Amino acid sequence: MTKRIFIPRDAAAVACGADDVAKRFALLAEQAKIDVEIVRNGSRGMLWLEPLVEIEDQGKRYAFGPIAPADVDGLVAELSQGAAAAGIKTSKALGLTEEIPFFKRQTRLTFARCGITDPVSLADYKAHGGYEGLAKALALEPSGIIDEVKKSGLRGRGGAGFPTGIKWQTVHDARADQKYIVCNADEGDSGTFADRMIMEGDPFVLIEGMTIAGIAVGATRGYIYLRSEYPHAATALNEAIDAAKAAGYLGQTVCGSSHAFELEVRLGAGAYVCGEETSLLESLEGKRGLVRAKPPLPAHEGLFGKPTIINNVLSLAAVPFILAEGAQAYADFGMGRSRGTMPIQLAGNIKQGGLFEVAFGITLGELVEDVGGGTASGRPIKAVQVGGPLGAYFPQDLFDTPFDYEAFTARDGLIGHGGIVVFDHTVDMARQARFAFDFCAIESCGKCTPCRIGAIRGRETMDKIMGGQDRDKNLDLVADLCNTMKFGSLCALGGFTPYPVMSALTHFPDDFGRARKLPAAAE
Amino acid sequence: MPRHDAWNESETLAIVSRHAHREGPLLPILHEVQETFGCVPEAAVPVIAQALNLSRAEVHGCVTFYHDFRDAPAGHYVLKVCRAEACQAMGCESLVKKAEDRIGVACGETTPDGRVTLEAVYCLGLCATAPSAMFDGRLIGRLDVEKLEAILGEAGA
Repeated sequence: MTKRIFIPRDAAAVACGADDVAKRFALLAEQAKIDVEIVRNGSRGMLWLEPLVEIEDQGKRYAFGPIAPADVDGLVAELSQGAAAAGIKTSKALGLTEEIPFFKRQTRLTFARCGITDPVSLADYKAHGGYEGLAKALALEPSGIIDEVKKSGLRGRGGAGFPTGIKWQTVHDARADQKYIVCNADEGDSGTFADRMIMEGDPFVLIEGMTIAGIAVGATRGYIYLRSEYPHAATALNEAIDAAKAAGYLGQTVCGSSHAFELEVRLGAGAYVCGEETSLLESLEGKRGLVRAKPPLPAHEGLFGKPTIINNVLSLAAVPFILAEGAQAYADFGMGRSRGTMPIQLAGNIKQGGLFEVAFGITLGELVEDVGGGTASGRPIKAVQVGGPLGAYFPQDLFDTPFDYEAFTARDGLIGHGGIVVFDHTVDMARQARFAFDFCAIESCGKCTPCRIGAIRGRETMDKIMGGQDRDKNLDLVADLCNTMKFGSLCALGGFTPYPVMSALTHFPDDFGRARKLPAAAE
Repeated sequence: MPRHDAWNESETLAIVSRHAHREGPLLPILHEVQETFGCVPEAAVPVIAQALNLSRAEVHGCVTFYHDFRDAPAGHYVLKVCRAEACQAMGCESLVKKAEDRIGVACGETTPDGRVTLEAVYCLGLCATAPSAMFDGRLIGRLDVEKLEAILGEAGA
């Protein structure tokens, strides 16, 4: 009987040698004349164990990792002697994949199939509940689909947290000859990789979510705006789109219905600001990615001036579950106004980094210390940055903060796209504050003055502070500048750069040569 | 051995015509021009502009806005090292310094013999296997001094 071996095609696994492992496995298995099928699956999300090889035995999957090409020899030797996967003795054996604590304590709704299926096999997708959401959607009126999304409580997973159903309703109600669904896959925040993982590991779920959105609001064209730094995701998405088209899930008549939906992947070109929705639309139109003033909202005048839903990958990828299982099944998870689950990404200097999907409400401390196991370096944690380069730095004193949109806002932070970057005690927070300004200066689109000029002045002022020049005076200047940027910038790039700067200043004054606490930028 | 064709107008126009029917065709065109010629040379700008009925300023503005587009080809090998926060937390800055010292140019520059271009990238989405890099289109996770030496050795630097 053919034995199935799973070796991820996920970019993080590939970056750690998964392709070489797969090649060696195929070669040695052939030499040993054992009958194996190597499935290039998505990642299970336990990235410290990548490349994670799984061997299937009587329907159960046993994990081994991290596997180097040299480790493959031992695995194949055992298999060729007829060893059961559970009985293979190596220091890399991890037991049943789904019993690994990091995996077991998750609630995988959006990532239910990621790492389990062959990402580009439509048959595999359907065998694991895929396209059940679309089938339900096709049986509903468009307003019925939107009601489900509203009832689920789903909010924009890109970071802004705007209720997804309301956005859909606005586009549904708009009158136009053409409407668009645009997926924001410009995942530029450092510390985030959930979009990449789902697009590489289960691209059909995004395609299905976008198709449902199209049917709900009467949009016949969709674009996935994908950052150019993600070539593996582009490959997986294009393979999946081709398969969906060939099977009638995309095209002039979606599943034989009266709905048309065409989908295309477009590559960005390395501009961080294009993750901002209006800048992204400009870029899709073939222009400089300059941020637009709002109003008009994209829901009224979006891509090419037409009503447009623009949603993050994770928002759209949550939709098939909501339709298939019902809004309540999703809304049952979470806390307060943050309903459902969040795919959280543990990154940076962390022992057990990876993708951890869990209901809202888990505390920052549980995530970093219990799930993540503390730092990779073994040194104490000094700070964690939550929500990407525009997110605040949190000290250990704030580790009781629950993962929830409002709870983070109340502590002058944001959950953003759910990325958590851990720093050990060797980090110099003044340098991190300087970097925040520097990054903003590099990536500013240049349209509004507070961001374009403010970022550069901020960087210069940080240089003076770090050089010991008029420290107190210059720190006051930084706080004042942050206030201007926060309230005067057109978009979140300039508007949120003060979060990392002011949080570093507030929580780690020693690193700035100042012992007293500064007031946070005024609300 | 050069990796790209020398710039010429007819191939540029062929690229434009392949994409002209698409909505918002400029970015896909610029990507293919750069794939073909290794950069988007200044001479290509008026050609693309005329073919799309845009002003030269609009095309020039677009080319120069995006970090990906180059006005001259990069070195034979391109090493992009991530310098964003997750990689900073795992010591990417000392690796950048190491690479700069080894090849004798600063980040953002190409070695005088044209072999290697060293660049910063802000996030490859490999933040749990940091520090990360991309060498010659290949992703590298858990970058360390040993891997860096091997890469630069491969590049003959």
